[in-house]
Amino acid sequence: MKTLQDIADALKLAVSTGGDLLSCRTVTGGYAGDMLSDVLAHARKGQVWVTLQTHTNIVAVASGKELCGIIVVNGRTPEAATLQKAEQEHIPILVSPLSSYDVVARLCELGVTNREGV
Amino acid sequence: MKEFRADLHIHSCLSPCAGLDMSPRNIVSEAKRKGLQMIGICDHNSAENVPAVEKNAAREGITVIGGMEVTTREEVHILALFGTHESLFSLQEIVYENLHGTNDEKLYGEQVVVDEEENVLGFSDKLLIGATEITIEQLVALIHERDGLAIAAHVDREGFGIVGQLGFIPEGLLLDALELADPSKRDSIRQAKPLPFISSSDAHKLEDVGRRSTKFWMETADTVEIRRCLSGMEGRRMRI
Repeated sequence: MKTLQDIADALKLAVSTGGDLLSCRTVTGGYAGDMLSDVLAHARKGQVWVTLQTHTNIVAVASGKELCGIIVVNGRTPEAATLQKAEQEHIPILVSPLSSYDVVARLCELGVTNREGV
Repeated sequence: MKEFRADLHIHSCLSPCAGLDMSPRNIVSEAKRKGLQMIGICDHNSAENVPAVEKNAAREGITVIGGMEVTTREEVHILALFGTHESLFSLQEIVYENLHGTNDEKLYGEQVVVDEEENVLGFSDKLLIGATEITIEQLVALIHERDGLAIAAHVDREGFGIVGQLGFIPEGLLLDALELADPSKRDSIRQAKPLPFISSSDAHKLEDVGRRSTKFWMETADTVEIRRCLSGMEGRRMRI
């Protein structure tokens, strides 16, 4: 199974926060969504979350759902308050210049999917 | 205390998604027919039709609260209601600076700026249906710096509602109230710190004006008094 470090390397992601956590975070799958209510309802523990949202609430959602980390897309810059909260909650945040579509496609190529038992 | 029935969230023909018959004159006559004493004009990311509605409403003794329904960076809709043109249009300027893109009338609809006599002054070419680059926290601060009211729109709706977009109401966000599209949903909104509820129509069509409203018991029909009602100050109260 891949770690967040493997994914960060393969997708050349910029590390916004939580760089020291990447190699010990095992990625069990992935979820993509920009409506946080939907992510709360459907994301599962251990998944990496792909989103364009940068509000501090993304940290609370990732922490509450025990997601392994967040990939922010389209090169968006997470707010300072978000990074601070992420550090406190030990949630790695990575940034890609690519769109959600391309990030998810790359993740699937690496075997990180949303299907159970993969 | 006087009683005021208010529908604080009405779109005009400036909103691309609103009917072209949502002219200032029609909105005011419909508001009068529905027994409203106060109306809020909140077009998407723009306030350019507020003056024309005000001029029509003044003749009918209806108070207009000038506002905007601003789309934040998180794609949350926030109502910004102001007591003065200076405040309203200075926020509009910031909204415009942070709103990118050009409207496509065929795709999204016409954005008609009119005067009080329903003469067409022009068509806004801004992408009013789009999202600004302003974060929700920044927007609430900008509204409060201008003594305005910041109300999260249709919190009980998934699309563009704060709970749908952000999962829950962010802790420490200094909203003045939450707007319900359906007053019976008030108990379904989880809040860490309880905020007052208003209800309004979000009318995009004439017949919807006043379909939902909030009753305020206060001294005068203005944003200062609405703020006092929201906190139940000195015998003022409200009901949805």
